[in-house]
Amino acid sequence: MFSYFIKRLLYALPIAIGVTVFVFSLVYMGGDPLDAVLPDDATAADVQEIKEIYGFDKPLPVQYIRWLGRAITGDFGTSIGTGLPVADELGRALVNTLILAICSALTGFPFAVFLGTLAGYNHGQRADKIVSGFAITGVSVPHYWLAIVMVIVFSVELNILPSLGMGPGGSEDWTLDWAHAKHLILPVIGGSIISMGIIARSMRAAVAEILNQEFVRALRSKGLSESRIAYHVMKNALPSILGVVGLEIGSLMGGSILIETIFSWPGAGFLLNEAIFRRDLPVLQGTILVLAMFFVILNLIVDISQTFVDKRIIRT
Amino acid sequence: MKNNSKNIAPTVLSVSDLKVKFVTPDYSVHAVNNVSFSLKRGEVLSVLGESGSGKSVTLSAIQRLLPKNITSVEGSIKINGEEILTMSARRLNQLRGGQIAMIFQEPATSFDPVFTVGQQITEGIRHHAGCSQSEADKKALELLDLVRIPSAKDRLHNYPFEMSGGMRQRAMIALALSCDPMILLADEPTTALDATVQIQILLLLKDIQKELGLSIIFVTHDIGVSIEIGDRIAVMYGGQIVETGNLAEVINDAKHPYTKGLLSSTIHANSSGKRLHAIPGSPPNLSNAPSNCSFSERCEFANETCKNTIPDNVKLGIERFSRCLRIGVWE
Ligand SMILES: Nc1ncnc2c1ncn2[C@@H]1O[C@H](COP(=O)(O)OP(=O)(O)OP(=O)(O)O)[C@@H](O)[C@H]1O
Ligand SMILES: [Mg+2]
Repeated sequence: MFSYFIKRLLYALPIAIGVTVFVFSLVYMGGDPLDAVLPDDATAADVQEIKEIYGFDKPLPVQYIRWLGRAITGDFGTSIGTGLPVADELGRALVNTLILAICSALTGFPFAVFLGTLAGYNHGQRADKIVSGFAITGVSVPHYWLAIVMVIVFSVELNILPSLGMGPGGSEDWTLDWAHAKHLILPVIGGSIISMGIIARSMRAAVAEILNQEFVRALRSKGLSESRIAYHVMKNALPSILGVVGLEIGSLMGGSILIETIFSWPGAGFLLNEAIFRRDLPVLQGTILVLAMFFVILNLIVDISQTFVDKRIIRT
Repeated sequence: MKNNSKNIAPTVLSVSDLKVKFVTPDYSVHAVNNVSFSLKRGEVLSVLGESGSGKSVTLSAIQRLLPKNITSVEGSIKINGEEILTMSARRLNQLRGGQIAMIFQEPATSFDPVFTVGQQITEGIRHHAGCSQSEADKKALELLDLVRIPSAKDRLHNYPFEMSGGMRQRAMIALALSCDPMILLADEPTTALDATVQIQILLLLKDIQKELGLSIIFVTHDIGVSIEIGDRIAVMYGGQIVETGNLAEVINDAKHPYTKGLLSSTIHANSSGKRLHAIPGSPPNLSNAPSNCSFSERCEFANETCKNTIPDNVKLGIERFSRCLRIGVWE
């Protein structure tokens, strides 16, 4: 068991390193990184001086190691747009994105798991067809389109739900009250609709497949009650639930860019969008790095938690 | 001797005119057609038949395990006089495992992979006996000893995949015995195992059967196995029992051409020195209800009557029947 964890950790390491290398090289992807900061009339001596200050005169590997060292301690440099430390901006934005992601994961995801299970239990029957219909719609409707439609209906026409920001009067300090919760509703729905479709569909497939297995007949043959059998079915489905929910939480974090932009939600996706338009490299690097690391760690957690449910995973 | 005592033993299970049909928009299968038999206390009935003859479906019907939405079941199945086919789900769940237990064909797929073997044995015990976990654990340990699983205590904590095939099948037998059933339905319990393990399991089942006085329906397509374990034998073909009777009588004096064909197409103790013959042709199409003798297509003795008349059960002795229109003519 323990050796499996170590192996899994070692497996994640090269991915993590790859991510850092990629993020580091972003600096050179958009051309000379100094173009953005240097005035047009800078002399060759000025350029040289600046290069030395920023360490651009050193060989690339040395630059990488230095950059990595700073990034690990949480120093991503200062934002070109605001002049504030990237870590501060990013920290606030990540918390805001997490608020969205957690709300989706706690409301929409369990609901999707429930619907998928229902469909799997009624495979081929009416309940299955209804759920599958919704799931396919959820997966195929572009979520930004849905978000805009919701804004038009609920904010513009009916005027019952706000469409911009995190709270009344552009407040960015999130608190748990109805005024703030109202601002969550549309972004949560818009952001989680695709994930819900995916989760419902994979739950349906997993449950239907499990119910078809011989051991379910064997459980019935023992005289167990339907609820006890459902417990067996759910435990068998748990590794798939963990897998797909983990993946979808990851995509909520990373895929929030459109939704956060539409709803002006000051999260990581919103920040990323701004950084791209401003060519704000330090912010871009920091955000991508943290989101990617989040993804790597999430996968690690999913993989390891699956082994607690299904011991066969360790063997193979 | 032993058969005399069994003749007066009470009947624990009686199946009459059982018909099972699978119907979906794409196909229909008449898997079991007018099957009747009974089982006495302490008796082992071997059900012999080739693949697809309806053996497993018959066993599943007894526990009402067939998929409801595509299956129609007619006839009557009585356990101690109580009708199974119409009883409440609650009563059914008391009987399943408690009075009638099943040993499945594939030990590899019949255990839930994410629960330990011990958990799967004890949950049944707790369900039926309503006892504490520690009492159930104790009983499970005794059972693993009974089926001779070495270092039973550790094995209780094994997941199914951590056991060998033979050991899993022993555990499956322990599970089936865990709530002291009266009737055991064994669906080819040794087919998935290699020959030496197969014999061990067979002997084990025989011992346990004698010790506990169980009634067993033992399904197999292996004549040797059915001879080894059975008191009585029922030969199935195309969803029907074509011949049934005392084991020795059927083996020594088959009264149905299919039984005769089976006996001369397989190697078993009584066949030594005789020539082997394969039965020509292939199993019948089950998409329609039978309208003639289902074996007539392959039978070398069949005449026109056989090809358009459904044969009745012909009584040949005490609990000895054959479904052949030409008994006495072809022998
Ligand atoms: N769930 C099902 N749906 C449709 N047809 C089925 C189903 N289960 C069994 N059948 C059909 O019923 C017939 C009898 O099958 P059964 O499993 O009883 O055969 P068997 O005698 O046990 O054979 P084997 O020795 O291969 O196990 C076969 O034609 C099979 O295809
Ligand atoms: Mg079978």
